[in-house]
Amino acid sequence: MWLFHDAKYAFIAMRRKAYVVSAAALALGIGAMMFNIFTIGRWQQYGVDFDGGVLVQVSFSQPLDDSDLRAALGGASAPPITRFGGDNEFVIRAPLEEERDIDEVAGDVEVQLAASFGESSFEVVRQESVGPKIGRELEQRAALAILFSLALTLIYIAIRFEVRFGLAAVIATAHDMLIVLGLLALFRVEIALPTVAAILTILGYSLNDTIVVFDRIRENLNAKGGRREDPYRLVNRSINETLPRTVLTSGTTLAVLFSLLALGGAVIRDFTIVLILGVMIGTYSSIFIASPALLEIQKRFGTGDARKKQQGRRVAAAV
Amino acid sequence: MLKSFRVRVIVILAALGLSIGYYVAKDLKLGLDLQGGMHLVLEIDDPAGTMTPEVKEGLVEQAVYVLRTRIDAFGVEEPLIQKSGADRIIVELAGLDDEERAKDIINQQAFLEWKLVLSTVDFNQSLERLDRAIVAAIGVDSLRAIGAVTQAAADPTGLEDLLFSSPADSAEADSLTADEPEDDPGAVEGGAPADSAVAEPEADFRPFTGLLLRSNQTSYGRDPGTYKVDAAQVETARSYMALPEFQRAMPRGVSLQWGWDSIPEFGRFYQELYILEEDAFLTGEQLVDATATRDQQEFNQPIVLFQLNRRGGRVFENVTTENQYDRIAIVLDGEVVSAPTVESRIGSRGQITMGDADFNEAADLALVLRAGALPAQLRIMEERRVGPSLGQDSIDRGQIAGLVGVVLVLAIMVAYYRIAGLLAVLALAIYLTLVIGGLSILDATLTLPGIAGLILSIGMAVDANVLIFERIREELERRRAPRTAVDEGFRNAISAIVDANITTLITGLILFQFGTQSVKGFAVTLCIGIVASFFTALYVTRTLFLMYLAGKRGSDPISI
Repeated sequence: MWLFHDAKYAFIAMRRKAYVVSAAALALGIGAMMFNIFTIGRWQQYGVDFDGGVLVQVSFSQPLDDSDLRAALGGASAPPITRFGGDNEFVIRAPLEEERDIDEVAGDVEVQLAASFGESSFEVVRQESVGPKIGRELEQRAALAILFSLALTLIYIAIRFEVRFGLAAVIATAHDMLIVLGLLALFRVEIALPTVAAILTILGYSLNDTIVVFDRIRENLNAKGGRREDPYRLVNRSINETLPRTVLTSGTTLAVLFSLLALGGAVIRDFTIVLILGVMIGTYSSIFIASPALLEIQKRFGTGDARKKQQGRRVAAAV
Repeated sequence: MLKSFRVRVIVILAALGLSIGYYVAKDLKLGLDLQGGMHLVLEIDDPAGTMTPEVKEGLVEQAVYVLRTRIDAFGVEEPLIQKSGADRIIVELAGLDDEERAKDIINQQAFLEWKLVLSTVDFNQSLERLDRAIVAAIGVDSLRAIGAVTQAAADPTGLEDLLFSSPADSAEADSLTADEPEDDPGAVEGGAPADSAVAEPEADFRPFTGLLLRSNQTSYGRDPGTYKVDAAQVETARSYMALPEFQRAMPRGVSLQWGWDSIPEFGRFYQELYILEEDAFLTGEQLVDATATRDQQEFNQPIVLFQLNRRGGRVFENVTTENQYDRIAIVLDGEVVSAPTVESRIGSRGQITMGDADFNEAADLALVLRAGALPAQLRIMEERRVGPSLGQDSIDRGQIAGLVGVVLVLAIMVAYYRIAGLLAVLALAIYLTLVIGGLSILDATLTLPGIAGLILSIGMAVDANVLIFERIREELERRRAPRTAVDEGFRNAISAIVDANITTLITGLILFQFGTQSVKGFAVTLCIGIVASFFTALYVTRTLFLMYLAGKRGSDPISI
């Protein structure tokens, strides 16, 4: 079996259509972020990890109605309640109160529940209380982590390939992250710590995919006659040559992720969804965004430093 | 060729042996999200903002030491107590029975002081000045608006007053506490005192004195040194006492401190307010030992016996000699635990009676006293708790999902690459062993995001194999001999594998650097996974291929 072997798809010729698709997706995402700023005050729906607050997950011994729980927690003034998994587990999100220690707020929720349902009728399976200061720091740290890894990757690829490869890879990666962030904003997926980990994983995966294609382009460029070949044809050929690998790797990764989604339970559900989206978008972008970006950069700014030509090939063959 | 082949097998077996050995010896540590437990982030409390970073850092180090001593004494298996940043401490405790109790032990500063109790009669003379200070600070109108107590309740003398004036006060007190008096002018409407206050001349306004009930112990002919405040009024009294004007009006060298428990009397609760000498004559630093026990004479009440060092013992002896029949307050973190009357001279041994506390509280107090006081108050910045049931559920589901995912990948590989696919499966099994061994060697903790990172790095490992196999196929297509094709395939795939892995490694390392605890768990497995995948793809798979080819003649086709 050898799927997509000797494929000759005209990927590069389709690039303008891809630009339109990407532009539309980006516009939608950025629109959703703006909409969120106007309606909920933040560009994303932040969880307690970032905004600070208290999250209490309770599991009742018997199924319970949302409305009963809401009544127990103060009726109209009750904090937001969401179901988690089955019909007897709930997540309660209480806001922080000034001048009070954060662990007291969670205690209040427990006291209220015990008063209404009895102490032995429920179990607190998870409780998270995060002070506002910690949340702000986290946001800064996450943003820093993303910027740093993009910068370092750019430098690494510029050294190992050429500067334009690095730029194209960073453009493609930023594109992927923006689209994923846009989708998160659109569906108001709650941004928690695992979500950040997922976004950073996408960053890694997208780069990985892009680099495999770029590696083939670099190899074809450095082969005999590579520099004289029409760059559009060469890039298109490289994408087609790596297509079997792209399909198989994305396929196996998605197989793992879908089994996580189906069987992994509610705790990692959001995390898995973000990863699945990321893998799909990452695969798309390494073909339709990263490689065309490379060509566009070349068209405008030339091929860059020719001395780096031979550098890439002789890698640690001794391993 | 043959010699290098033997070396390869030995290297792989050694790596496997090391991994399995470490795993068996150390076991894999599970994160709190997987086994249940409590995660706390504490910060040195600096409300005034006057501490320099250097001071904070020193305090954090001392605090970590004290916490470690306390938690070890409490008996938690493998606690994690570490400094985080300049002024924070992370505490992680797994498998706790009573999390609240553990939290109290951690969060209690345990600063113990002994202070002399002063005379109520003397302090009464300062009350008017204090009342005036409050009136000056808050203003008569605002005081009326919150329904502050006026002369009406003041000057109660002894037991009589408790009996007769309390019911009226209590009805009012209830309505006040129910409605958050400061913000709600509506509370005034029902309150009789507010109405009568309008008629009252300004000078008679006694907001603070009005809250105080003289202790009935005067009946024994001794100066009690305390007042009582209705439990419902304590918050109001505290807010008055916090005013800077109030503090300036306090007599020199005198401080007012609350008792730590409310006392029930005639169906109502009261909090005692002690009049103490501001400076402690003795602190917990002079304490060498503390044990909890039961007082045989007092209905087996829990008590804490303490022993002072020689210097502390001398001070204690002098003070108790000079102040016989006075009371000495034992103050813990600013609250008076007990205030025994000095009956005789006391040396280096003494006891703290704990009222109606249960024995655990006495045991915990003895524990924190032995471990020493925290150098500063700590504030909880973040608290996460996972119940053991959720942890177990996560593990079970994660395992099943992971297993199914891996089986799916293996099935795809074998279906697609036949025997070469089988070799990849074998390599992946070795890879997984190495990763788990690597986690054990590095003493890393496996968390839920960690499992996700692990599964993702399996994807990377598969990708490396796919890259190699595709290259071999391409070489075979060019009619290369199988051996040459394998060699060329590996050689051509290396650059892509190296670059892809290193960029992901960069991301992983940055995540580790900037990430918080749970993201770090993800980063660690990702980084270990990448290193292991690198080794497996280029070394293990290669060796397996060599073994596979060793049984064939040069021209035999290979199954890929």
